[in-house]
Amino acid sequence: MNAISPPLALIAELTHRCPLHCVYCSNPRELKHRADELSTEVWARVFREAAGAGVLQADFTGGEPLARPDLVDLIRAARGAGLYVSLITSGLPLDEARLDAIVAAGLDHIQLSFQGAQEEIASEISGTKSHAHKLRVLEWLKKRRVALTLNFVIHRENIEQLEEMLEIGESSSAGRIEFANVQYYGWGFANRERLLPTRAQLDRSVEFLESAQRRLRGKMSVEFVVPDYYAKYPKPCMGGWGRKLMLISPDGEALPCHAARMIPGLRFDNVKERSVLDIWENSEAFRKFRGEGWMPEPCKSCDRREQDFGGCRCQAFLITGDAAATDPVCSLAPERARVDAVLAAVNGRGADSAARAEWVYRPNPA
Amino acid sequence: MELDSRPCLAVGCRLNESDGKGRMLLMPERALRLNGPSLEIVERCDGRRTVRQIISELQTIYSKAEPGKVEQDILGYLALLRDKRALDFASNAAATENEGKG
Repeated sequence: MNAISPPLALIAELTHRCPLHCVYCSNPRELKHRADELSTEVWARVFREAAGAGVLQADFTGGEPLARPDLVDLIRAARGAGLYVSLITSGLPLDEARLDAIVAAGLDHIQLSFQGAQEEIASEISGTKSHAHKLRVLEWLKKRRVALTLNFVIHRENIEQLEEMLEIGESSSAGRIEFANVQYYGWGFANRERLLPTRAQLDRSVEFLESAQRRLRGKMSVEFVVPDYYAKYPKPCMGGWGRKLMLISPDGEALPCHAARMIPGLRFDNVKERSVLDIWENSEAFRKFRGEGWMPEPCKSCDRREQDFGGCRCQAFLITGDAAATDPVCSLAPERARVDAVLAAVNGRGADSAARAEWVYRPNPA
Repeated sequence: MELDSRPCLAVGCRLNESDGKGRMLLMPERALRLNGPSLEIVERCDGRRTVRQIISELQTIYSKAEPGKVEQDILGYLALLRDKRALDFASNAAATENEGKG
């Protein structure tokens, strides 16, 4: 086995507490409580260990990271360790004074998430009124020196609003705008039948966004993620298992990805007990699907195995029941028919069909 | 690209500290490894030098290379960084005005 290359980014899930209840939240179905959360001091040590292990960037996420009263100290600690610090936030708990404090602490980049282009859909998706406040935050950000990315999570109910979303981006100070289709794990999986766009919607959106990319080249970077259910080949999930990223959950467990807890039999180590580098190199969970040794056919002999690393382990488990199966979105996967059946149902009844399941909202843990 | 414009790193883009692990240009969701010519170029994107000056300085450093090739490589690399939103370009007039205020 080759030497293990160092992790590049640390995803710091500071808390699972969040005032929003988004129906596609990337947090696990079982949320951690405030009492489980790591202290400021442990996080500061984790940032130093991560930088020492080769990590370049820390992405502060949640839940809502602003729910941590010590966020300014955490930013200062990560920046002090030499990391590039991004904050992924709904913006909801932000006022101008707090914004000034986090920018002064050394925050490099804010990613502000949006649930739609209009109040109505945003409130329905997030179960909270937050859209108008986000627009205020955009105005405050124009006067401050911090990089800005707008992130719109896309699905069947808002994919027709891309033009208005882009207008929000163009009238802001954002250097990047992401149109990221929902990924179907956890809460997104529970709401999948209502969230998956139709093939026709997807084709129109790709055409629109490609033309926006050309028009805005050099001014704003326009990025988009299509739902991999419609792809021919799987995504290189997390850049490969245990290859680039480490996620630390609010209680200190180190995970190879946001959703890895769903995979049965994986044992996770905790930064309270072991160092970041030790976990990266030796943790059973990180070794499990690292490299190519675990791969079944057709991955094992596939020319694309170094590009997509066999796709997503959590998706393989969710759809086939076997975490070591080829990602079933791959057109070469033995289980691709299961994905096609889901698409057939979505495209058969169409986006305007009356068939509407109730949303499963993500709760706010204590 | 205006040869008289003055490139500087966009907000949210910075060089990491030199700590023996190599120089990296850090930016939202990305990091670019810099070495040799790419580092020489980025270090000169300081909002004071014009594109023309950067080309001229690099042509001096890489004097064995064909000057036209050096110019093309630099323009290509600056355009790449601009498209990744890593560089802003101040027009010559604006930069002069800023210097006057400074």
